[in-house]
Amino acid sequence: MEKYIFYILALIMIVFAIASVTSRKMLRSVIFLLFVLCGIAGVYFLIDYNFLAAIQLTVYAGGIIVLIIFSVLLVHHIEMELEIAKTSKQIITALACLIGLGVFLTTIYAHDFIVVENYITTTTADIGRKLLSYEDGGFILPFEVISVLLLAAMIGAIVIAKGGKLTNKNNKTI
Amino acid sequence: MIAGISIYEILTVTSILFFIGVYGFITRKNLISILISIELILNASVVNFVVINKYLYPDILQGVLFSIFIIAVAAAETALAVSIIINLYRQINSVEVKDIETMKY
Repeated sequence: MEKYIFYILALIMIVFAIASVTSRKMLRSVIFLLFVLCGIAGVYFLIDYNFLAAIQLTVYAGGIIVLIIFSVLLVHHIEMELEIAKTSKQIITALACLIGLGVFLTTIYAHDFIVVENYITTTTADIGRKLLSYEDGGFILPFEVISVLLLAAMIGAIVIAKGGKLTNKNNKTI
Repeated sequence: MIAGISIYEILTVTSILFFIGVYGFITRKNLISILISIELILNASVVNFVVINKYLYPDILQGVLFSIFIIAVAAAETALAVSIIINLYRQINSVEVKDIETMKY
């Protein structure tokens, strides 16, 4: 049963990813990306990482998609069709990507993975304890650094998006 | 792990997603489309981390924690990219790649 769910999810993800990079309507392209992200959350649910699936749904499907839709609506007319690359360039890129994919797949299938059969469910408490532990293999330092990074990104986004006034001031001083 | 699915099949799917993202990154001419392709690439790599952790080393949680950090960095990156795109649009009225020359100087 899980097998077939995975195949359906994989098919959905690949089809919508291709639709997302080839669609000429901007907003549709974003919505197709949303389907791909939900499919990836489904894969996380299948391999029993429920916390990660929840993060994927809230941060990606909830946050990033809304942000991108917001920027699309600010800078585009919804009906506008995108300029598309030349056909020769598209074919060359597709060929290069296929060659790269071939190299990846031959490498993956040539490698012999030592798979451990297990059906452990990871709880959120485990992840939290590991994230906050300061013993060997703990992640307390990156956790603190990432919180500073998020604060810096927030302030930076506000300063950059405010924009206009700052550049005027600079021009006056020059 | 998923009953009946080997690690090879999941890695195949994520590799395909990764290269679809690369294809979009090269062929699209619009900054927001390029951002979408970057999201695809990042997501494919995050799934790889998680799957390798689950299938090969189920006792430790390094892959899951790394993927949480990658998701946080991706969120910060998207927020900054969107603010830069909006600022550029206010200054030069376009988000096409070929018009973005003012950032060079």
